[in-house]
Amino acid sequence: MAKMTMVEAINMAHAWEMAHDPSVVVLGEDVGTNGGVFRATVGLQQRFGKARVQDTPLAEGLIAGTAIGMAAQGLKPVAEIQFMGFIYPALDQIASHMARLRNRTRGRLTCPVVLRMPHGGGIHAPEHHSESLEALLCHHPGLKVVCPSSPARAYGLLLAAIRDPDPVMFLEPVRLYRFAKQEVPDEGQALPLGCCFVLREGSDLTIVTWGAMTVDSLKAAEQVAADGVSCEVIDAGTLAPIDFDTILDSVIKTGRLLIVHEAPRTCGLGAEIAATVSEQALYDLLSPIRRVAGYDTIMPLYRLEHDYIPGVARIADAIRATLAE
Amino acid sequence: MSGHTIVAHFEIPYRACLDADGAPLGPLPAWTEDGELLRRMYRMMVRARTFDTKAVNLQRTGKLGTYPSCLGHEATHVGVGAAMHSDDVLFTVYREIGTKFWRGVELLDILLYWGGDERGTVYQRAAQDFPFCVPIGSQMPHAAGAALAMQIRDQRRCAVAFIGDGGTSQGAFYEAINFAGVKALPLVCVIVNNRWAISVPVAAQTAAATLAQKAVAAGIPAVQIDGNDLLVVREVVGAAVERARSGGGPTVIEALTYRLSDHTTSDDATRYRSADEVAEARRLEPIARTRNFLQARGLWNEAEEQALKAASTEEVEAAVKQYLATPKQSTDAMFDYLYAQLTPALRAQRELARRYAALSH
Repeated sequence: MAKMTMVEAINMAHAWEMAHDPSVVVLGEDVGTNGGVFRATVGLQQRFGKARVQDTPLAEGLIAGTAIGMAAQGLKPVAEIQFMGFIYPALDQIASHMARLRNRTRGRLTCPVVLRMPHGGGIHAPEHHSESLEALLCHHPGLKVVCPSSPARAYGLLLAAIRDPDPVMFLEPVRLYRFAKQEVPDEGQALPLGCCFVLREGSDLTIVTWGAMTVDSLKAAEQVAADGVSCEVIDAGTLAPIDFDTILDSVIKTGRLLIVHEAPRTCGLGAEIAATVSEQALYDLLSPIRRVAGYDTIMPLYRLEHDYIPGVARIADAIRATLAE
Repeated sequence: MSGHTIVAHFEIPYRACLDADGAPLGPLPAWTEDGELLRRMYRMMVRARTFDTKAVNLQRTGKLGTYPSCLGHEATHVGVGAAMHSDDVLFTVYREIGTKFWRGVELLDILLYWGGDERGTVYQRAAQDFPFCVPIGSQMPHAAGAALAMQIRDQRRCAVAFIGDGGTSQGAFYEAINFAGVKALPLVCVIVNNRWAISVPVAAQTAAATLAQKAVAAGIPAVQIDGNDLLVVREVVGAAVERARSGGGPTVIEALTYRLSDHTTSDDATRYRSADEVAEARRLEPIARTRNFLQARGLWNEAEEQALKAASTEEVEAAVKQYLATPKQSTDAMFDYLYAQLTPALRAQRELARRYAALSH
């Protein structure tokens, strides 16, 4: 079995589902001839034709809104927003319609759309190309939000997202697109949405993270392991609805929680996780919950982006500080 | 001057079949020989107005929420409905009850919706039509998407979208018609130019001479029509629908009408427009004009008019009675339609809502 990158696994998931479900269609800017700016849809138009892989005009609101009309007609659109920083024009459609169509029609019309978008920074991209806006989406009832952290999980979760009967925002960490190769069996096997993935088992402290920060969190866990600290690292995987059962079980076991995300700290998803764990497991905690997050600043241009993105050192320090409480 | 040529030019035709009194301006389309169809359309206009009057009264007496009257738009709304095929899909703003009624949406549905109950969007017939769209202009990409789905599946159908004069200032309007032009989508867009977007007149929305010409930039054929002329609405929209369904691409139609009512029951139009202007517009309103036309053709008489009014009133009163007797949804209704499957967190919140709902009863 060939090893592949995350972006190749995403491409493979598209191809599997398009081959097995004729209602799956792909649309977005540059997704056809060009195969997407990250090549996530490369070859799909050649293989499945121009009717099923549609290049759209350059208008994110149109892409999201068009997908709604297509979905209500029984298609399963998988639409690409070129970068998450460009999602703002599409938010009206996502929040006002995509998230609400099932509810406002009492289930008469539904919206099985996948909106894919590169998430986060770290690849020396221009302004507005490196945002982590998952909290914006998680705040909207009716949406599901997914963020894979490996080629295999990207493949399995994208299949699940396409098969899901409700709109799924699929956040693809750009730093991981070509970060590591992994064997991914192309067998059409979906992974469950709404389930965390325990990437490393441990007993002293639980790290909850997602997307590209899983890599740094695992490295930090490895680093402190040398000092005899045992970290459990949980990849949230699905950010909405988030699997609090797994998180709470882990925190009750370890007694300590560190949340790591790239998005700004204030009103980030980490705050929600911390609040819920406080409500439900405060007396199991041995030390205060900590967050390692992006600063509450504008994502800087790329010369400073690695100063913005929390790195292994910040995570490792936070682990040690939590253990020292 | 050398190097100066005209690279593009355009004309926007204006079309009408009837004059202000309902007299034909010239030879009429062949389909107007179908007297029963004309009578049906007229009856639906009266039905819409009867409902509309009642709905405003219900709001005034605290029995309905904020309601946007369709007074004066009946010819455009019913004409569009009558131009569509049942398997086409309709995307409205929030005023087009005449079109919805034509397509089989129940009076009760409209009352429930404006009465604060989502069950008013569960259309038994017209099951693919979208519900009212409150965020202005945002319905347009949905219509383009439905049209794209029809095109991908090679279906002989079309999407019909309404938008208001104010709506044409929204980016979503241009994005959708632009896309429809690029892909030659089976989309018919009807701009209902009723001259006022709440207090803002068309002259403050755009410097363009017509709203129809906005379609020129999208490469789409455009026409302006008398929106108070039932015959021309059905004729021009019908031709556009047939063209779209047969692969001929999109059309934008600007229907000139006038909002004779306040914007909604929360509005007071006397703050921004003169009584003279409204009186002049009322002279051109569509129902009397259509009745004049039918009477002159021998298709309608006073006895039928009285019978229709009585029947419409009776029908509306029956729907109102049913609406007022409909109990509100349980609090579960807030949770049960968010996703195909309830999430664990929502299940807990649903329990909480049940508990407090029980306490308040």
